[in-house]
Amino acid sequence: MKAITWEKKDLLGLEDLSKEEIELILSTAESFKEVSTRDIKKVPALRGKTVLNLFYEPSTRTRVSFEVAAKRLSADVINIAVESSSVKKGETLVDTGRNIQALKADIVVVRHGSSGAPAMLAQHLDISVVNAGDGWHEHPTQALLDIFTLKEKIGHIEGLKVAIVGDIAHSRVARSNIWGLTKLGAKVTVCAPALIIPPAMEELGVVVTNNIDEAIEEADAVNVLRMQFERDSETAFPNHLAYFKEFGITEERLKKAKKDIIVMHPGPINRGIEISSEVADGPSSVILEQVTNGIAVRMAVLFLVAQGQEIKK
Amino acid sequence: MANFNEKSKILNPEDIRRCLYRLTHEILEKTSDPKELVLIGIQTRGVHLACRIKEIIKELEKAEVPLGTLDITFYRDDLTAVGPAPLVKETAINFDITDKVVILIDDVLFSGRTIRAALDQIMDFGRPRRVELLVLVDRGHRELPIRADFVGKNIPTSDKEQVEVRLKEIDGKDEVVILEKSS
Amino acid sequence: MSILVKNGHIVDPANSIDEVKDILIEGAQISKVASNLAASAETVIDAKGKIVIPGLVDMHVHLREPGRENKETVASGTRAALKGGVTSVLAMPNTEPAIDCEELVESLKNIIKDTAHNNVYICAAITKGRLGQELVEIGKVKKNGVIAISDDGASVDNDVLFLKALKQVKREDLLVICHCEDKALSGQGVVNLGLTSTRLGLRGISKKSEYKRIERDIKLAESVGAKIHIAHVSCAESVELIAKAKRKGVRVSAETAPHYFALSEEAVWGFDTNKKMNPPLRSKDDVLAIKEGLKSGAIDAIASDHAPHTQNEKDIEFDRAEFGVTGLETTLSVTITELVDNGVLSWPQAITKLALKPAQILGINKGQLSKGSDADIVVVDPQKEWIATKESLVSKSKNSAFLNRRLKGVVEYVICAGAIAYKA
Repeated sequence: MKAITWEKKDLLGLEDLSKEEIELILSTAESFKEVSTRDIKKVPALRGKTVLNLFYEPSTRTRVSFEVAAKRLSADVINIAVESSSVKKGETLVDTGRNIQALKADIVVVRHGSSGAPAMLAQHLDISVVNAGDGWHEHPTQALLDIFTLKEKIGHIEGLKVAIVGDIAHSRVARSNIWGLTKLGAKVTVCAPALIIPPAMEELGVVVTNNIDEAIEEADAVNVLRMQFERDSETAFPNHLAYFKEFGITEERLKKAKKDIIVMHPGPINRGIEISSEVADGPSSVILEQVTNGIAVRMAVLFLVAQGQEIKK
Repeated sequence: MANFNEKSKILNPEDIRRCLYRLTHEILEKTSDPKELVLIGIQTRGVHLACRIKEIIKELEKAEVPLGTLDITFYRDDLTAVGPAPLVKETAINFDITDKVVILIDDVLFSGRTIRAALDQIMDFGRPRRVELLVLVDRGHRELPIRADFVGKNIPTSDKEQVEVRLKEIDGKDEVVILEKSS
Repeated sequence: MSILVKNGHIVDPANSIDEVKDILIEGAQISKVASNLAASAETVIDAKGKIVIPGLVDMHVHLREPGRENKETVASGTRAALKGGVTSVLAMPNTEPAIDCEELVESLKNIIKDTAHNNVYICAAITKGRLGQELVEIGKVKKNGVIAISDDGASVDNDVLFLKALKQVKREDLLVICHCEDKALSGQGVVNLGLTSTRLGLRGISKKSEYKRIERDIKLAESVGAKIHIAHVSCAESVELIAKAKRKGVRVSAETAPHYFALSEEAVWGFDTNKKMNPPLRSKDDVLAIKEGLKSGAIDAIASDHAPHTQNEKDIEFDRAEFGVTGLETTLSVTITELVDNGVLSWPQAITKLALKPAQILGINKGQLSKGSDADIVVVDPQKEWIATKESLVSKSKNSAFLNRRLKGVVEYVICAGAIAYKA
């Protein structure tokens, strides 16, 4: 068996990980998925450890998923949302981090609007930092659960054709998926309106297209990103309807794709904007399975970084 | 990492075979009804020993007993002792253990910590009537009040020594050896 | 007071000297440069095996005084300068308040007189408060001793206003230093637009925002015949435009900073805020173009763009951290390590970029070791290596882009105005 090692105290992004490290997370997650099927959905792996969710952006699903994951590992969980913390009073991120460390938390899970914020935090702290989404940069656990779900459905990642559709420029989910999938040997096509494709995208090892039908034609799976018209004034599309017409994933469109194409979405979904209700609720959709798998993947990540931290000590 | 040299061979393939037959007889003797038995092997070598015992029961009693596997990684009391990169192996107990007699099977009984973790994990799966422990080798040095119900061989060892059980399925041959730390 | 610097290898491009000679300093001036000088002096420095050069002239330095003394002061900045072999600096006007009137020039002059450890020249703003709306009284600040004007940190967006400034500058025979950036194009960007912005998920600053503004500034300067200097050139297109303008005879000069030839955008990939500056680190091809530009003469000068910031302003989220890095202490070593050692520039070419040319552009009598000129002299051990660390840097701020990097060339002595001002 090839040597697999996990010696990192943090999970900052999939860009930093080797193929083997990603595979280790996925295989560890498989074991944890079994735990969630038991009557007693809990193992004592992180008993006595404290996981602190530090969220500078509102997020229910990711925060809850991390919370459930930590609890199933028997860790204690504390949630800090930006509104209730001293962040708004001008405390710097590093100071907040140092305070968390002083509270003797073991793992801080951070969601932040600035790309690179978790990396900066990790540099200043001895405790583990897990990136729960930073700016437009990375959302590693989301990509890991996407990949986990794909692997579970299809059995392998190598050679798969995966289309990522939507607001690529502002999507941390897209970036993490691109790193993870390409490292594992999948072929990734990204598809978005021309004006929101960031420059030099091809250099990340993906095919770029503005044609949705072309993007999904040969795809084994399509990952549909959430379109956020409210946040982004730079989008090329004036409104939801125009976007839905040109890029929305509909049953009509899927007829031209592979029969058993898998449709993923990181959620929360905008029905009738990037995806039709029929597809979201249809047989191709694995959206709810993604949510279930998110817990196993996050359990694996928390477990591994805790161990990495012990080794670092 | 310290280096270990092979000091002596304790059991050969025939010894191991005979040991397992004897242990199976002991289990059956103690049980009124083989139907209430379930076997749970601790990853990795405990699982292979459990498989062999399952076959022996089948041969002797013409009965199929359920077999589960247990990876105790998530139940350990020390994260680091696993070393970097624990490859977590499968835990699969696809049957109800409530009111059953669980025969927990491992290769070597040493500190007792693995068994403590395994017991905790078994309890998370249900409430067995009784749990009994079977080990191929008991080498002493217990750190917890745990003892085995069925022991293949007691091998008193020093703390400089290590007992290694090698099984065909993984190691290509059946044997039990004592290793000694080279100074 | 007399000092004799013996046996050093003198590199003085102004006088085409590139050989072992002795220098005798009497008072504040150089009195003799010759082989085997048989003179006696109160102090004798044996510079055998060392390189002896004119003190560096750094034409782009933010001393932060007045207003941001927590980042740097005239005293701390000029002390840092000496350690880096810099004996003359041009202090940029983006202080708080900006140096935009006679009174502020006058008060800064007093601070300099009282606290500076080397020669500090003053650059005033082009517009009041550097807001790009109302011109500074250029004639008056010039009379006060200002040798250049710049809104550094910003460009004068209004074409008409900038043209007006250029006309006055022409009349006053002053230099305009242009921070070339079209904010409408660079927007909220923080890193090079392209692979880096895409990879990191950060907003990008296009090269276009730089070279389009260079193009405009050159065009306007040409139309008036004014003398302009392009600050911190970072990309290939800019080098090309400047080279073209020079061929046409436009009175344009240009500088780059060490980070633009020593680092490419990949250095930012770990979100290190000490690699965040404006303009941002560009691609490897741009780094090559900058080196070529230095070689060809399209780029005249190397200036540090020393931009000190406190730890608090850098130890924050990348997009919120201040732009800029310190450089006074590393400019010479980085130039030796990256350009001289790698054969991009010869020693005389390097000293031309670091001392002679900036002095000429600024119109000051520095950057040379001629008989009778100011005795600003630096003795360098060209082989000795050092590592820049937060502890080893003497600037008040430690935001160097070259922290923990092994550099070649250590300043051993600095003589400023005929006196030993620094000794390693």
